[in-house]
Amino acid sequence: MTISSSSERVWWKEPLERTELIWIVIALIWCLIMFFMMPYWHIYGQQNLANEAYRAKPEDFARKTEEMIAKYKVREEGPDNMKVPVVHPPAGSDVYLIARLWSWHPQLELEAGKSYRIHLMSMDWLHGFSLQPENINIQVHPGYEHVVTVTPTRPGTYAIICNEYCGVNHHTMASRLYVK
Amino acid sequence: MPVNRMFRTDPATGLVFHQSADKLMRWNAVAAVVCLLIGGILALGVVLTRWQAVHLLPPDMFYQVLTAHGINMLIFWIIFFEMAVLYFASSTLLKCRLATPRIAWAGFWLMVLGALINNYSVLRGDSSVMFTSYAPMGAHPTFYLGLILFAVGALIACFVFFGTLVVARAERTYRNSVPLVTFGAITAAIIAVFTIAAGAIILIPTFLWSVGLVEYIDSLMYKTIWWAFGHSSQQVNVAAHVSVWYAIAAIVFGAKPMSEKVSRTAFLLYIFFLQLASAHHLLTDPGLTSNWKIFNTSYAMYLAVLASMVHGLTVPGAIEVAQRKKGYTQGLFEWLRKAPWGNPCFSAMFISLVGFGFLGGISGVMMGTEQLNLIIHNTIYVPGHFHATVVIGTTLAFMGLTYFLIPVLFRRELAFPTMAKYQPYVFGLAMSGVALFLMGAGTLGVPRRHWDVAFAGNAFPYEFPGAAWLMMALAGISGIIAIVGGGMYLLITVWSVFLGKKIETPGFQHVRARDGMAPAAPRTGPVIAGHGSAGMVAPGTFVLAMVFLTAFVLYYFVNWKYLSTVWPLK
Repeated sequence: MTISSSSERVWWKEPLERTELIWIVIALIWCLIMFFMMPYWHIYGQQNLANEAYRAKPEDFARKTEEMIAKYKVREEGPDNMKVPVVHPPAGSDVYLIARLWSWHPQLELEAGKSYRIHLMSMDWLHGFSLQPENINIQVHPGYEHVVTVTPTRPGTYAIICNEYCGVNHHTMASRLYVK
Repeated sequence: MPVNRMFRTDPATGLVFHQSADKLMRWNAVAAVVCLLIGGILALGVVLTRWQAVHLLPPDMFYQVLTAHGINMLIFWIIFFEMAVLYFASSTLLKCRLATPRIAWAGFWLMVLGALINNYSVLRGDSSVMFTSYAPMGAHPTFYLGLILFAVGALIACFVFFGTLVVARAERTYRNSVPLVTFGAITAAIIAVFTIAAGAIILIPTFLWSVGLVEYIDSLMYKTIWWAFGHSSQQVNVAAHVSVWYAIAAIVFGAKPMSEKVSRTAFLLYIFFLQLASAHHLLTDPGLTSNWKIFNTSYAMYLAVLASMVHGLTVPGAIEVAQRKKGYTQGLFEWLRKAPWGNPCFSAMFISLVGFGFLGGISGVMMGTEQLNLIIHNTIYVPGHFHATVVIGTTLAFMGLTYFLIPVLFRRELAFPTMAKYQPYVFGLAMSGVALFLMGAGTLGVPRRHWDVAFAGNAFPYEFPGAAWLMMALAGISGIIAIVGGGMYLLITVWSVFLGKKIETPGFQHVRARDGMAPAAPRTGPVIAGHGSAGMVAPGTFVLAMVFLTAFVLYYFVNWKYLSTVWPLK
């Protein structure tokens, strides 16, 4: 039976057949194109994650966030028992966003066409920053402050939902982001 | 204790089974099917909850069911079956006695114990941490303990497999090199060893953390090492199911690879590069550089992808060559048209091959690209992708092999042959629907592992577009049909094994080694004979490969185009 018969010759000395040879060459070229697309996009593309991240303590991050809220708070939103502050930070500034069980804090109001340095960090477990309907998705870790520079393009009301499973109320972890 | 050297020869296929290996294969296969049954019942809960119009389970139970579904399917069902494949590829294909059967049994029972303990922990309700169990979210200690015991058992089985290879070599039970299927199984076992090592490095400290002996588990460290275990275990599956493809091509068509060199080198590339894929899961994580991400996510320079693309050509290519030899030489595709589409062993394998390549492979490479991952990460696109790779690819290939193994290994006739004929189509096509619709929903942002995408009762709900809801509903319907297809497989196998008609061979007996064993395979001429066209032995396969490549290139760049429209980030 062919399944159990081993090759007649030493296998690494077998001749290469044309179908396979041509396919291997084509496939290898395609693999290299895909590989070089990634560095190419770092140079010429607009959508890249920075490699900027710091180890941070939750209490320090929370303090910086509260300082920012105190400076730039414009209003509060939500039902009475769970008001969430909305901040409108100046363009180019450092913006802090806390992920925790099970909320995002605070809500952000940004301006279209301006860039912001958004700092993301979790206070407890892993969370997932998922901006909808843009569909930008970034992992949020506890203990790591991740700095992402974003430039909103279109005004509107966006949602930030959590897309990393974080326990039984995971589905309630949703917030807003406004672009003026 | 004397060494058991009793063998039997299967009258229909001439395959030789060592008594100890025979029994181990049967028990591993049965354990695998039991896990598939459990996972399949749980799948019903997952499908009927994520189908938002039905929304069956409450959140705590949904996450519990999803955790158990993932672990029973991805780990227990597949690895039990793989152990049977390892014993088959070593003992049976090399006509060799199994090394240390008692240790192999110890490994098997450890795996059973581990699976039971882990399922117990999830059943308790305090370990709904998903397959990934990302620290610092903690599970009950028995959750990790079960996984560790299971992994140790699997590791023992891998070493029994290696030991059998040594015995086969020492007792000269085969000539020249080991057969290609065994070579593929060796690949799977080598990857399994370093996969399990990575699992030990992360699960043991996490277990100690769960009982309070270790103070702190860093979330990024956990995720990085855990995926060296989690992703690599899926690469074990790839190596195993590619071996099964080759095995079925040989069983059904008597096909031999076009060149052993190409197929074996492709397996070698798996060993060298597959392990890097931990990075696929860390592309949007902080604390890792882009250099690290690009090198690892691409398996060096997509060299493991190259290997899969090669297997994707050489398996159907081998079938084409075998079919052309039999006289199916008209045009480009007579060999394929006249293939035995009613043989579930073949149809399962072929749907597995096409589904793995077109749906699983292309989507996997796309979302494993550093920047493209931004628009995919943690959306339900990801389950869409791995239901194409692991379910259509691995599970369906294993189902195909089962149809061959029932008469050979269990010595029973296949029950419900007509149902078996349709089973791969029902299961494979429905699962393709699941994969495609989930990918569609993921492209629209629907998150994975999420109880309620309607956000009912939230202060700041988000409303997904209607198309996303439609996709989730279609995925739900496909999922139900796929579960029916899985149920057909379970019914056929369980009925055949326990109630099927026994295959009686007059004068059947076990014989001591060597006496009455199958004679060595006759020498065959060179495979490459002038049956093809355009200077190729497999022109039809080449055309199919070019169709695949075109789909791949188009889809890849469509996603770059889509990425270029989202907010600039740096």
